Amino acid sequence: MTTSAILTIVEMTLHEAARRRILLASLVCGCAFLLLFGIGQHFVLADIEHQGAKGMLRRGFILNFFTLAGLYSVNFLTVMSAVLLPVDTLSGEIASGVLQTVASKPIARRDIVLGKWLAYVLVVGSYLMLLAGGVLLEARLLADFQLPGVGRGLALMFLESIVLVTLSISGGTRLSTVTNGVVAFGLYGLAFIGSWVEQVGGFTGNVGARDVGTVASLIMPSESLWQLAAHHMQPPVMSQLNLTPFSPLSVPSIAMVYWAVGYIVVLLLVALRGFSKRPL
Amino acid sequence: MSSYLLETHGLRKRFGDKLAVADLSLALRPGEVFGFLGPNGAGKTTSLKMILGLLEPSGGHGLLLGKPLGDQGARAKVGFLPEHFRFPDWLTGRELLHFHGRLYGLGGSLLRERSEALLARVDLLDAAHRPLKGYSKGMLQRAGLAAALLNEPQLVFLDEPTSGLDPLGRLLVRDLIRDLRAQGTSVFLNSHLLGEVEATCDRVVFVKQGRVVHEHVLGAHEAHRDVRIRAHGMSDALCVTLASLGEGFVRDGDRASLRVDGDSRLPQIAAAIVNSGAALFELDAAPASLEQLFLAVMGTEQRPG
Repeated sequence: MTTSAILTIVEMTLHEAARRRILLASLVCGCAFLLLFGIGQHFVLADIEHQGAKGMLRRGFILNFFTLAGLYSVNFLTVMSAVLLPVDTLSGEIASGVLQTVASKPIARRDIVLGKWLAYVLVVGSYLMLLAGGVLLEARLLADFQLPGVGRGLALMFLESIVLVTLSISGGTRLSTVTNGVVAFGLYGLAFIGSWVEQVGGFTGNVGARDVGTVASLIMPSESLWQLAAHHMQPPVMSQLNLTPFSPLSVPSIAMVYWAVGYIVVLLLVALRGFSKRPL
Repeated sequence: MSSYLLETHGLRKRFGDKLAVADLSLALRPGEVFGFLGPNGAGKTTSLKMILGLLEPSGGHGLLLGKPLGDQGARAKVGFLPEHFRFPDWLTGRELLHFHGRLYGLGGSLLRERSEALLARVDLLDAAHRPLKGYSKGMLQRAGLAAALLNEPQLVFLDEPTSGLDPLGRLLVRDLIRDLRAQGTSVFLNSHLLGEVEATCDRVVFVKQGRVVHEHVLGAHEAHRDVRIRAHGMSDALCVTLASLGEGFVRDGDRASLRVDGDSRLPQIAAAIVNSGAALFELDAAPASLEQLFLAVMGTEQRPG
């Protein structure tokens, strides 16, 4: 593994994101999102004051729910970016022939994959931190409110975005761009619906439904990571009473974090192996 | 240690049921400009990709600069311009060279100096600050050529380097190849433009269905002439005599053609015709061209249509 080759690929990928206005578009859309969230928060606060606050607990619940709703939107936008940004970085360059001149240089093919992976983890991670940071900052500045467990929650959301970046990059070593996108979103959808089946199973006590959800989480751990993040970012009483849609009835185990880390490692190894043998 | 820069032995590539390269064996000597010729679908680009490690061979083996094909270290001393040179079009010409240079492990002032020298050499200095998406096809081809030479390679692979170039661009590439040869750099040239190959190569091989079917040293047969005859009343005995004076004798009615090893054969041909009693109307001798040799080696079944 050559560090300089990986860093060259990272730099070029970031340069491409900047030059093709991907970063600018993300920034503009992110600012629009934060503006809208700020306006929403303003109305929520006005409503709380208009109704007459019946104690700090009720105010805290409402603001917690609204801030989590903001982070849920951030999570969704990050998931979209994590799949879409790298979806053609390998498959597109293989199809166009750009990679022929790159791979014929004295660098290992794994350095190309690792460089691109690292660059997109940085881009998507920065996007997540920008949006999530903006949501949390607005909650702090406008309502003097702070979510609990933010550090753990954001770390889990970041882990979820890495899972999806890795899935997208890995698919690109073997699949065409469109097929890769269909598979990545298909798996995300599977995890999403699997999570709801699991929640329904938890609510009704149906063990079979819960098992289906668990299997879906193992196939794609993204939604479980979000649920775990949401669980950590609300007070225990709110979570235990299932007061909001972000309070899972069946809280994913910490083992899901280890599973996700292993999932990333395996996907990355599959990508490295797939690309090393790929005809260019 | 091999005395060849490149050698392949029985290289083979199969895609499913299709055999793209059957049995490629060739060798390239240091300092040589080597032409790799063949019709469409002869497996030339597939062969090139196997040599450069972009494709894994299904069989056979080879050495590039003394290392097994695909070796990363060997690629440090090799340059490559693909047939369809694609590029990140948001880069400027100068950025393209800097990116490729860094992949070769170059940096700092050395990379800057080489980039500027090569941009000047391929006549792109004035356009170097512009994004590649605004370049013409010929400009892109020249940018790709500059990128292939950044590492001052021992061996350069050029796959159709003059396709898309105007006559001035072709001249520039021809001069560049001559400069490379003068510097001792070997060139592996894959081109359909036989005139270009004839003007630049020392040796060519003809590839048919993934096999080398003929090797030809250019310049070694400059005296050869392609002779065309138009005569009435050519007898079978005369045809036998004419066939013995050269090679590739073909007769079609009053017309015949053959290749001879020098001008000295022409009076003998004229005398044989006249002495046989046939009426000679036309006797034309032209230097043997690579195109005619190509057609003779490949056979008419390779011609489209």
